[in-house]
Amino acid sequence: MTTLGGLAPSKPSSSDTLVAADGTPLVRKLAQVTRRARLKAFLLVLPLLLFIVVVFVLPIAQMLWLSVNEPTIRQDLPRTTARLATWDRQELPGEDVFAALVEDLKDARERQAVGRIGAMMNHVYSGARSVFVGAGRRTGSLAAPYSKALLDLDATWGDPRLWIMIQSMSQHTTSIHYLNAVDRTLDERGNITPVPENQRIHIWIFWRTLWMSALITCMCLPLGYPVAYLLASLPLRTSNLLMICVLLPFWTALLVRITAWIAILQSDGVLLSSLAALGFVDMDTAKRPQLVYNMTGTLVAMVHVLLPSMILPLYSVMKTIPPSYARAARSLGATSLTTFRRIYFPQTIPGIAAGALLVFILSVGYYITPALLGGKDGVLISNFIALHVESSLNWSLAAALGGLLLMATLILYWLFNKIVGIDSLKMG
Amino acid sequence: MRLPPYATPLERIWHYAFRIICAAILFFLIAPILIIIPLSFNHDPYFSFTSGMLRLDPKAYSLRWYWDFLDNGTSGRFATGTWAWLVDVWQNAQWARAMRNSFFIAIVSTVIATTLGTIAALGLSRPEMPYRRVIMSLLISPMIVPIIITAVGSFFFLAKIGLVKTYTGIILTHAMLGIPFVIITVTATLTGFDRNLIRAAESLGAPAHTTFFKVIMPLILPGLVSGALFAFATSFDEVVAVLFIADIEQRTIPRQMWSGIREQISPTILAVATILVVISIAMLTAIELLRRRSERLRGVTPA
Repeated sequence: MTTLGGLAPSKPSSSDTLVAADGTPLVRKLAQVTRRARLKAFLLVLPLLLFIVVVFVLPIAQMLWLSVNEPTIRQDLPRTTARLATWDRQELPGEDVFAALVEDLKDARERQAVGRIGAMMNHVYSGARSVFVGAGRRTGSLAAPYSKALLDLDATWGDPRLWIMIQSMSQHTTSIHYLNAVDRTLDERGNITPVPENQRIHIWIFWRTLWMSALITCMCLPLGYPVAYLLASLPLRTSNLLMICVLLPFWTALLVRITAWIAILQSDGVLLSSLAALGFVDMDTAKRPQLVYNMTGTLVAMVHVLLPSMILPLYSVMKTIPPSYARAARSLGATSLTTFRRIYFPQTIPGIAAGALLVFILSVGYYITPALLGGKDGVLISNFIALHVESSLNWSLAAALGGLLLMATLILYWLFNKIVGIDSLKMG
Repeated sequence: MRLPPYATPLERIWHYAFRIICAAILFFLIAPILIIIPLSFNHDPYFSFTSGMLRLDPKAYSLRWYWDFLDNGTSGRFATGTWAWLVDVWQNAQWARAMRNSFFIAIVSTVIATTLGTIAALGLSRPEMPYRRVIMSLLISPMIVPIIITAVGSFFFLAKIGLVKTYTGIILTHAMLGIPFVIITVTATLTGFDRNLIRAAESLGAPAHTTFFKVIMPLILPGLVSGALFAFATSFDEVVAVLFIADIEQRTIPRQMWSGIREQISPTILAVATILVVISIAMLTAIELLRRRSERLRGVTPA
């Protein structure tokens, strides 16, 4: 192809231009064929691409949309929303806004939506539920001037923060849920402030998740490295046998592994009973140390679950390192420690990067193990997202927390792609 | 790695110490899985070895929890072993239903994931494929994105289109979760695939589907099957999406185990776990055999 392309400039006359069988110039024909080949390849991928977009990308995008746009308040309080849109947050809203709110609440009461509004506002302003329900119940007896009527009913209506929250919740794109997700809120003047000390939980959970993931990665690395080295250096027949020890846990269902760890670690479980029989711990089960349903249990089980994900990338890198390098170093007089430090170890760094990043990414998003083994102090950010979806029904906050977790994961994934490349991901 | 004759005493000690360390780590990996097998034959409702078990007293062992696995949820009106009992187990036992659901959901989602994944992998492995890296990253991402995000997103989405608490909803989600594995294994098999074979088939006049089924398919089959097994295992193992999307009617084995651990912890889950370990050993063996076959086919001989 390159030689044909090279011929064209040397024979400038049009009659000599190389042509394909059907008379089109070869260059154009070639471009045509390439385009068709590209299209063909793309068409093969298209069905799956559409599937992934519809079943995976769209749902997540929709969830993330919920974190900046919660339509309930906008739809249930349309007049208030319209009036508040231009409010400058300098002083309490005027009488017209109060009147609009009473009108809206009257409508909402007929639709039995006041409870829903109250619950939604309660997510961002604690105590808002009773304020709204109280006002909703009396809408019939309220008379102008409404601002005074509402303030007489409940002094909370005089708090500019409540109005700021109503305004934020009614906006088409609001940052209030993301602020909530990082333990921030808006004060009376609309400035971002930290929430009271005793309510700051999310930042702490984020830190704990990152810290636990780092700890798990740091524990997996020294455990995985020697095993990977052993597997890579043993003759294939032996290493294949030992590989079963790595692959069987990998293939065993997660719930089975968790069950096993409960059987081993609980207070009358295999480990503590054996230690008690040997006299290391108390025979009384109530006095034995608690190993499961807390951070220890989560940590041990997660290291066990994720260790194969560390060993496999390490192994595939170590497998490609020729043993002759180390031998050459030794024959040149290097000690075994120097050989390892200067020759072997640097060659395994890609494997370390791949394994560590993979383990870190997987543990940041872990849900099942902490949920079943974590008890109260072993839960991670995923468990918090589930909590907000299932129990507190604060879906916008769950979406915001999910958005932050997703962002962290995607950054790590990008890093993984950059450093290791997804092409090198291998299974089994 | 044999100990060289010139090794210093320290190196000799390290050599053996290293092996002991490795043995300990491998023990840490495999022991928890093996320990549940004897525990599941416990006669008493404990999660640990009773003194009778340690004395190898036959009375301390029983199949009690395996019978419970079959009987739990049945009417209990029929004598064990009769045909009517078997029908009762199949229809009413909660574990049997979970098993049925698990296999049904896993098989259908595997078929979807493998079909779409293989076709896409064929396109992705072509040198002309545009935006290959970006698209590949996108298709692999269900494996990377935290499962809770995928599950919650799917839950909201499926609720909107009325597919929550249906088999369709779970199957679609599980197929999506299995796709990365199919893509990875099949593209791995296709690297080093001799494209001249396709050209030869085409130049001999074979239409596209003949080329696919007679030339490409037999060569990528090992990768395809191991990808399918991975997809199957992913669905068979998945619990978070099921927690959010499935109703009691679509309960799978992991979901049943989840409530077993959360609510009424009984050694029946140890029996179930043992059965699952046997299944995973079967899958692991299949994968290993396929890998060897693939190496033979591609002419890669093990060193």
